[in-house]
Amino acid sequence: MPIKNRIKNALKTIFFYKSALAGIILLLLIIGFALYTVYSYPYEKAVADWRAGEKTWLDNPRYALPEWITLFTGGNPPKTIILSTTMESRNVKKIVVPVSGNMSYIRIDMRFDYNYDDYPSEINIFFNSTFEELNPKIEVEWIKPDGENITLKSIVLNKEDSYYISVDLDTKDLLGQIVKEKLGLNESPYILPERYLFSPLSEDILDPQKVVVLNGEYTLRITGYLYEKNSDIDVKLVVYGKVYGWAGTDNLRRPISIAIMWGTPIALSFGVTAAVTIGLIQMIIAAISAWFGGRVDDLIQRITEVNLILPFFPILLMISTFYKFSIWVLLLVVIALSMFGAGVKSYRALFLQLKEFPYVEAALSYGASNMRIVFRYLIPKILPLIIPGMVLSVADFVFLEAALAVLGLGDPDAPTWGKVINDALRDGALFKGYYYWVLEPASLLVLTAISFALIGFTLEKIFNPRLREM
Amino acid sequence: MRVPPYAKYLAKRAIVIGLTLIVAVYITILIANMGGYVDEIIKSDLFFKISTSIRQNPAYKNLPQEQLQQLINDTYYNELKRLGFDKPFIYRSFEYLRRALSLDLGRSLYITSNTGSRFVRTIILERLPVTVLLFTTTNILLFFIGLFGGLFLSRKYGKFIDRFVVSLAPLSSIPGWFYGVFLIIIFASYLHILPYGGIVDAPPPKEPLMYALSVLKHMILPVSSWLIAYTAIGIYVRRTFFLMFSSEDYVEVAKAKGLPDRLIERRYILRPTLPPILTDFSLTLIASWLGAIVTETIFNWQGIGLLFYDAAARFDSPVVVGLVVLYAYLLAITVFILDIIYVIVDPRIRLGVM
Repeated sequence: MPIKNRIKNALKTIFFYKSALAGIILLLLIIGFALYTVYSYPYEKAVADWRAGEKTWLDNPRYALPEWITLFTGGNPPKTIILSTTMESRNVKKIVVPVSGNMSYIRIDMRFDYNYDDYPSEINIFFNSTFEELNPKIEVEWIKPDGENITLKSIVLNKEDSYYISVDLDTKDLLGQIVKEKLGLNESPYILPERYLFSPLSEDILDPQKVVVLNGEYTLRITGYLYEKNSDIDVKLVVYGKVYGWAGTDNLRRPISIAIMWGTPIALSFGVTAAVTIGLIQMIIAAISAWFGGRVDDLIQRITEVNLILPFFPILLMISTFYKFSIWVLLLVVIALSMFGAGVKSYRALFLQLKEFPYVEAALSYGASNMRIVFRYLIPKILPLIIPGMVLSVADFVFLEAALAVLGLGDPDAPTWGKVINDALRDGALFKGYYYWVLEPASLLVLTAISFALIGFTLEKIFNPRLREM
Repeated sequence: MRVPPYAKYLAKRAIVIGLTLIVAVYITILIANMGGYVDEIIKSDLFFKISTSIRQNPAYKNLPQEQLQQLINDTYYNELKRLGFDKPFIYRSFEYLRRALSLDLGRSLYITSNTGSRFVRTIILERLPVTVLLFTTTNILLFFIGLFGGLFLSRKYGKFIDRFVVSLAPLSSIPGWFYGVFLIIIFASYLHILPYGGIVDAPPPKEPLMYALSVLKHMILPVSSWLIAYTAIGIYVRRTFFLMFSSEDYVEVAKAKGLPDRLIERRYILRPTLPPILTDFSLTLIASWLGAIVTETIFNWQGIGLLFYDAAARFDSPVVVGLVVLYAYLLAITVFILDIIYVIVDPRIRLGVM
């Protein structure tokens, strides 16, 4: 049967099997996502963003869940609110009034609506002040929708300063003291600053089960004095939410979406290249071994046996610990280590049967060269039998890369799915309950593997007629 | 005297297997030492140790700088000579090979056993039972489930149960350790009914029975993660294998003769398929001995796999070489024993046809 018809028939049969159809649709979606990533988000930028460090992502919440999580959990978790004096907004008012000499009074009001049913994960204020010698002095006030007004702290500002309300010890003591006095308690309780700042002050505030979030308009008021003529203060308030983007963030506030996106083209190209190259090389080696026989065969078989004794994964581990190379060099090493793999043995058995076929004998008798017989008569006949195995092994190589990353030995730069899992496991995500962090890359790995498996198993049925009968 | 053909065959096999073993071990030595680079690390460590110990020794406090340097160099050189490091790596690599092949595994560079020993043999023997307990058990389970499940399905060919198991085969495209992550999330992190990992509760229970139960409890998740991954594919492969053999001509003849199904199954299907099954079984057992690096890492199962990982990551070449040598020997011996078994069961080899 001519090759063209055979391919046509094969395609027809593939669509006949529903599981393969599902696999193909899934794979097309994944490929589409990979292409979108490659075109919309340059690799260099992704790597730079991924390795940028915490400073770049300071405005992002830590451990934020993806936004679509509300589809399953319901509720209305807070998103991040950012207000800054450098941005144009009706909610930010900054007034500077000269008082006497070089001194002036400054007042900054930042108003925002808070209509969520959970507390923010953190509250930070960042200051950026200009002055020559005399530092400005300010006070931070918090005004709740019900009118309660708390002076949180007074600060002598450095040029770059920050006030991490959630972890500030003075603030913690102050809030405990206030609650103790207002509720007439014997000792000051420990109250999470976010809970205090975003709840009405009543008995309920002591009980995490009863306390409710106070919705409405909040104001952060900063008042103070500037002691120099050209002195100024810029303020940025970040009320960190608990959800972020479509993939959430990790312990370093990085959007996980970077690695989820770029993990796709990397996994696909790594898996497919490794599977196809190794499959083809093993097949060619097996064909040569079977066709030439004798010493060539002996040599190839001995090399294969030596290779089978060597433990593949530990050797790969050693080499990648030693060189810490990029994922593409890793790919080359994987190919080099698997060239003489177990496939050579099983393909050789197929070629040995084929060698005795009359059409090969006919080719020999009219004087076809060895190379012609191997590449034009033997390999095309065996290729269909090998393709299913190749497709199935794509998943193995995708997981191989993930396994190396999970052990902390992958490409140090590339943002991959395995990397995300490694970060999550190292940070104890499974103990702390940050399941989304593991499940997002994990489910993509599963989908990729399943799509290739569905296609591969169907191809096996189609190309192995003996199997099809069964 | 005439040498029987099978003796010639076995002798030839023994030589080939032996040579393969030697070459594989030598390549491992080269890789584990990174072509001699590990020596450089050891040498610089040694030099640092000697120079600090001499410089801190009060007895040499008043020596002038040049003499002190001379003393350090001399001590370093003598120490190198004592360790045999004055000779080039290629020369020493053969010495390593000789020692490895005579199973003189020597001492590790960094890794110690729980008892503090540096003997590679002690380190490996300490980890081995743990790995055998987990992975050999799992592989034996998988093997027998595959064998009997496959036999069962080949009888039920085309029925619902057959199609169901076959449709589960793609589960194997995801490796066992990966299911482990999901199982930990469900049973350890969310439901809190099984441990995250480890081998035994801390502190370990005193009574032997409770100890065994605790170990068993820790085995549930790793074993199930492998069972989920590889049960369906195991049954599927065996089923197909049996189906292929049950369509052979001699089976048809036996059926035509009206022999009972059980007899056909035993004599005409199981018997000729026994040698490859036996090969599979023994090779799986040997391979399970090496453990599984990622599964052991995920479940913090302190077995051979984790040892291999530690040794590879820290370039503890004696441990790496020791593990590979033991594995290679076991494999070589198994393969040779299988050859002997084939001579016994296969008349073609016995009579020298092959």
